[in-house]
Amino acid sequence: MSKTQVNMTVNGNAVSALAEPRTLLIHFLREEMNLTGAHIGCETSHCGACTVDLNGKSVKSCTVFVGQAQGAEITTIEGIAQEDGTLHPVQEAFREHHGLQCGFCTPGMITRAWRLLQENPKPTEEEIRYGISGNLCRCTGYQNIVTAIQAAAADLSIKEAAE
Amino acid sequence: MNAHTSADTERVEKLQGLGSSRRRVEDARFTQGKGNYVDDIKLPGMLFGDFVRSPYGHARIKSIDKKAALAVPGVVAVLTAEDLKPLNLHYMPTLAGDVQAVLADEKVLFQNQEVAFVVAENRYVAADAVDLVEVEYDELPALVDAFRAMDGNAPLLRDDIKDKKEGAHGPRRHHNHIFHWEEGDEASVNRALADAEVTVEELISYQRVHPCPLETCGCVASMDKVNGKLTLWGTFQAPHAVRTVASLITNIPEHNIRIVSPDIGGGFGNKVGVYPGYICAAVASIVTGVPIKWVEDRIENLTATAFARDYHMTGRLAAKRDGTITGLHCHVLADHGAFDACADPTKFPAGFFNICTGSYDIPVAYVGVDGVYTNKAPGGVAYRCSFRVTEAAYLIERMIDVLARKLDMDPAELRLKNLIRKEQFPYTSALGWEYDSGDYHTAMNKALEAVDYKTLRNEQARNRAAFDRGETRSLMGIGIAHFTEIVGAGPIKNCDILGLGMFDSCEIRIHPTGSATARLGTISQGQGHATTFAQILATEIGIPADDITLEEGDTDTAPYGLGTYGSRSTPVAGAATAMAGRKIRAKAQMIAAYLLEVHEGDLEWDVDRFQVKGNPEAHKTMKEIAFSAYNQAIPGLEPGLEAVSYYDPPNMTYPFGAYVCVVDIDVDTGVTDIRSFYALDDCGTRINPMIIEGQVHGGLTEALAIAMGQEISYDEIGNVQGGNLMDFFLPTAVETPFWQTDHTTTPSPHHPIGAKGVGESPNVGGVPAFSNAVNDAFAHKGLTHTQMPHDHWRVWKTAQRLGLTG
Ligand code: FES
Ligand code: FES
Repeated sequence: MSKTQVNMTVNGNAVSALAEPRTLLIHFLREEMNLTGAHIGCETSHCGACTVDLNGKSVKSCTVFVGQAQGAEITTIEGIAQEDGTLHPVQEAFREHHGLQCGFCTPGMITRAWRLLQENPKPTEEEIRYGISGNLCRCTGYQNIVTAIQAAAADLSIKEAAE
Repeated sequence: MNAHTSADTERVEKLQGLGSSRRRVEDARFTQGKGNYVDDIKLPGMLFGDFVRSPYGHARIKSIDKKAALAVPGVVAVLTAEDLKPLNLHYMPTLAGDVQAVLADEKVLFQNQEVAFVVAENRYVAADAVDLVEVEYDELPALVDAFRAMDGNAPLLRDDIKDKKEGAHGPRRHHNHIFHWEEGDEASVNRALADAEVTVEELISYQRVHPCPLETCGCVASMDKVNGKLTLWGTFQAPHAVRTVASLITNIPEHNIRIVSPDIGGGFGNKVGVYPGYICAAVASIVTGVPIKWVEDRIENLTATAFARDYHMTGRLAAKRDGTITGLHCHVLADHGAFDACADPTKFPAGFFNICTGSYDIPVAYVGVDGVYTNKAPGGVAYRCSFRVTEAAYLIERMIDVLARKLDMDPAELRLKNLIRKEQFPYTSALGWEYDSGDYHTAMNKALEAVDYKTLRNEQARNRAAFDRGETRSLMGIGIAHFTEIVGAGPIKNCDILGLGMFDSCEIRIHPTGSATARLGTISQGQGHATTFAQILATEIGIPADDITLEEGDTDTAPYGLGTYGSRSTPVAGAATAMAGRKIRAKAQMIAAYLLEVHEGDLEWDVDRFQVKGNPEAHKTMKEIAFSAYNQAIPGLEPGLEAVSYYDPPNMTYPFGAYVCVVDIDVDTGVTDIRSFYALDDCGTRINPMIIEGQVHGGLTEALAIAMGQEISYDEIGNVQGGNLMDFFLPTAVETPFWQTDHTTTPSPHHPIGAKGVGESPNVGGVPAFSNAVNDAFAHKGLTHTQMPHDHWRVWKTAQRLGLTG
């Protein structure tokens, strides 16, 4: 199948590559960009393991053709920590509150939580539960994930107040 | 030991040993997307494999035409059973002593069965070619109702073994019969039933479900033709067993096979078995000489690899009018699908189902299990439980409630009356298990108090009255379960898989500068072994957990072990770890004695050092001892500080717990709201409370999924339903309630550190607690039992059947 040129920004870096138009964004990121953080858990838009951020919105990259990401700004789990390696407060909170076990849902879950806290910096527990309901986790029962997101929200608001 | 000073406490805390809620070492990589799962592996020249699968539940294959598929640019090969036959690989042995078709041989026996394996340069081309392989079928009548499997006119499913009268577990009564297995004294149970003041009987079905870990199964096979070495990276819960099986079926010597389990995205039993994809990828790599990746998609996962349960259990209880249970009789019709691929220890075709007397002192019991073939996917794995223990717990916990109804007795009171008493431990059950330790009444009473059980029942009485007056359309249900698990398989004397004893192992190397590397025969799938096993060692050898690296999952480096499932890692490999640590300490003591110029017996261990009794100032820390082990010639001692331990457990361990669930059911919609869930677990010594709680949350959520919605069913012609995430229920954060956890601690007397294992208890106890709550909501309207899953539709149907809907 013939390939077309795709250009986008991934984690702040300009990316330009040839890809078959039918290539799914998740495969492009994982196989062409070697960004294997986001995972594939279903390919049917149910599990959210493939969640990345596209132009400021959480998307399930298993259901986005690479062509639809033409010119987009994309952030994946690999782009969430600071450049010097310091973890983002959401990542820190997942570790501190045991918000992950096998880690397979974690990149998608953290990428979603990171966006959720920008959409709604002070979510209630219910808002968190609804806010991450597109992301399935088979291991944790969500309780510690919710706690971690609450803790990250508190941490971020303290940091913001200090700035 | 000297009185503890704050310096001592500090030393203990620095170790982050047993009992510490140490944060997980795994998380740094997982939170940054730096895990290494099988689909992340990329090797030069790697090709992709994908399956052509059967659209029919039962059909004869008339022809397979590969031409069009092979003509697609980028397609390298299309394998069928005909290609595997010369290698004798078209069938593979299953863990249960049966064989399973790797690629369908003349017939397909379940929908989505593997028919051909396409190898291509990438997954897109492989998928294109899969569509172009033309298979012609002659459809045959499908057998989907297990109760019809042994009818006189039931279709013959397994042509390959039709003349085999003797199965792996004794005689077969019918061409679709797999085995009959029984335990207990049926004559005395029948007497107890005949003499009983009260009896109850109920058919309790535990539907077919699937472990559905978030990561599906997959592998990368790479044959190095120059060195003759086959490496398989894959989602394997038991890498060493896979190596042995791979060697037996391929005739490649075992030292030339390397099995690596990288990070695993959840297993829950799904990743214990050996699947056709692994074999096909290995064969394709051997044939092509390049690495082959195979990763199943979600639909393939749900429909072809490893279902769980599908047990139809008829239970009968005999009792006195005061509630004393006098006997249990149970017959199970076990639907094993098209091939018997159950993952049970070899001598236990029904796993440890005979733990079905549960937490109760039942004097006589009998179980009989008949396994049958149907046109469904093979499997029969232990989905987050020890072998068939969830089924057993569900049976007895439901039966207790059924009996309570009949006696008009409170289900909590009936349980308290029959629970095994503390002083009866070690307790030998009527079906032959020796329960190691327990304090059931304390657990049950603590649970009832914590939820304020009396108040709940009073509220329920008011709710029922209000419902009858037409003031509410909601009914309240209270579900109780007191379960006993049996985990830690197991003693070599009665547990093996394909002849391999179910021991486990740990090897420790202490490095000269006082840090350590430990390797185990198990493999974590999210349980946090790298964190917790280092904690066990920290306490045993006095090296901070942060200075201990733990490795698992690579058969080239790890000592032989039987892997991680059935909550066996802590009971078996955890024990091996402690024992290997003790060997290290014993040698360290000799070294310390030499260094301090005293007799070994004059030394005592204190946190991280050996000190001279009565003179703690004279001591050598483990760090100092480690260095000496490598830099001094010590008379009578070999240099170095290493140990290995293979642990054959003397007994299983028996974790237990008491759960209470409260639900509110809207009778007009069937919507069931989980108002609260309280879980008290007793898993013996607690290694890392944070991780234990996490395991309980996760297990309860899986129990919620099973009890309230999961089911893989088949229509009458063998089409699978529930084979994708649209139809197969996985709870989101919205449906999942808040879990209230609690514990008691009754150590295992035979385990070196008293730990019992916890990962699977919440699934075992959770399912009956949910189901009992739903049944309880309708109990006053005459309901004794309604089948799972309790999804909204079924609950509404129940309400309708009872005449409660508007
Ligand atoms: S893989 Fe994209 S939602 Fe599951
Ligand atoms: S941590 Fe395993 S799926 Fe979420």
